[in-house]
Amino acid sequence: MARNNSQFRVNSLRAVTLVRGMTVAVTLMLGAAALPLQAQEQVDISGSWVAPGTENIMERAAGPVAANFLGMPINANERALADSYNSGMLAEPERICQLYNQWELADGPWNLRFWPQISPYTREIVAWVIEGTESQAGTTVWMDGRPEPSDLAPHDRAAFSTGRWVGNMLVVRTTHMKSAPIRRNGVFNSDEATMTDIFAPHGDLLTATYVMEDPVYLTEPYIYARSYDRSAERPVSPHWDPCIVNYEGVDEGHVAFYLPGRNPLINQMTQIYHIPEYASQGGAATMYPEIRDRMKAQFVASYHTFPRKCTLYCSTGFPPPPAPKTAGKASAPHD
Amino acid sequence: MMRTSLSNCTARVTLALLVSLGAQTVVHAQGRRPGGPPPSAQAAAPIDLTGYWTSLTTFDWEFRMVTPRPGDYENVPLNPAGIQVMDAWDPARDTAAGEQCKSYGAPSLMRNPEHLHISWQDEQTLKLEADAGEQTRLLHFVRSDTDRGPASLQGYSTAEWEITRASLGRGGGRNAGAGKVLGGDLKVMTSDLEAGYLRKNGIPYSDRTRMLEYYDMMPQIGGEQIVIVTSVITDPVYLTKPFVRDSIFKRLSDSAGWAPTPCSATW
Repeated sequence: MARNNSQFRVNSLRAVTLVRGMTVAVTLMLGAAALPLQAQEQVDISGSWVAPGTENIMERAAGPVAANFLGMPINANERALADSYNSGMLAEPERICQLYNQWELADGPWNLRFWPQISPYTREIVAWVIEGTESQAGTTVWMDGRPEPSDLAPHDRAAFSTGRWVGNMLVVRTTHMKSAPIRRNGVFNSDEATMTDIFAPHGDLLTATYVMEDPVYLTEPYIYARSYDRSAERPVSPHWDPCIVNYEGVDEGHVAFYLPGRNPLINQMTQIYHIPEYASQGGAATMYPEIRDRMKAQFVASYHTFPRKCTLYCSTGFPPPPAPKTAGKASAPHD
Repeated sequence: MMRTSLSNCTARVTLALLVSLGAQTVVHAQGRRPGGPPPSAQAAAPIDLTGYWTSLTTFDWEFRMVTPRPGDYENVPLNPAGIQVMDAWDPARDTAAGEQCKSYGAPSLMRNPEHLHISWQDEQTLKLEADAGEQTRLLHFVRSDTDRGPASLQGYSTAEWEITRASLGRGGGRNAGAGKVLGGDLKVMTSDLEAGYLRKNGIPYSDRTRMLEYYDMMPQIGGEQIVIVTSVITDPVYLTKPFVRDSIFKRLSDSAGWAPTPCSATW
């Protein structure tokens, strides 16, 4: 009898434990199903991503040719502004740091690094931080659903970014930007512009799409795409020298610019690449294939007159693969 | 008595678990019947690529919209053997030899200024037509050796959907779990290529070239539907490293603008 009672208690305990355990399991499952997708579907995008350097190198590194507005949906006001641009204006104290804006993630030199900010209380990722090579402001992408600041809030270099996951893609919306170059030859966004970045990881490859919308200077969204390779072995440094406002030889009161019709560099795309000026001046039409119909006859007729040997801006300087070493050959110093 | 009660209780909880799991599967598994065959590629598509698209050339314009200057290979990791072939480029010779389509092969096709028409040839084959050069690529979701012929301009492409689903555990994942389909992309691998040009000015790729592509459909922005095609081209003969490029396409509402144009060696 005592044994029966004891067995009964054991069975009861097991039953209660089992029921409680399964109840907890069901609760957890239903609770997980009820979680917002944003919390469920975060993908680990953290780490270092290196641009392979096989797209648009000149624009991103050395800088574009002057008056190359090809493929940019700019309006007449933007074109007038860009035609007046003189890169000497970047030496003015007020403009020294102007290059470093949010668009520099797209158009800047090379690499990106992502890392999460984790709430010490909820252990949820509340933000992703993105830094690019040489970027000064960085981007903090808030994932915690906080609202955008008021339209009257100050605009600064860091701007304001919120993010959400759409499937496997991190979609970032940025507002409250300052006016800054979107191509480093004088094309600027206004401070009313907004930006959408979409980061789509594919294993060790990251496809990034950047979209600039600007009611002041663009007639259509300006869309840009880039790919990056994950770099597990060589981390991208998040530390860059700060942009320091300093005297760079520009006298007070001097502003470098060109008057309308006086920009001597306006024909560079024609001189170097044989592209007609009406195309190099940009505009939405230059994004679409139909622009070729207008150029075809003139371009094909003159192509045979182009130099047979390219002499300016012809390669990115990828080093050839090392030649196999000859056995027994003495190495030269620094070989 | 207690044992019976315990069994009933266990059965009820287990049933609840199974019903809960089953609901997830039935609701979110793209209509797949338990024990039935997997859905066709067309039925399983997480994104709808069909329709008309136009390329948007917003960067690398001088290499895409016009025939690049002779000898210009900026951005291309070309090795000395490739430079040698490029320097010998002669469009008149190509035209005379009937090889004016060498810059319309799969590794360069998506980079050309053009319109695309994408449709399902059958439930397992996506057809991608380009008006530039009047080219057609077939993306096979079911690999079949009978489909494969000799090396060709467009090569042989195998395709698969990479599907992102909701999961009940932590984080989402590709092709994992049976949760709701949240999105996905198209992954394509192309081989069996004839040699051709990466750019119109004779930058070569060899018949040993392979190409990996991802087609990502972006959320609508500014009312536009955009697809980004990322391609990774590897060529042990002429390239020093993988050649990675991105191409942007915008959805069109109809076929207006569709203008089939034969290949040209000079334009």
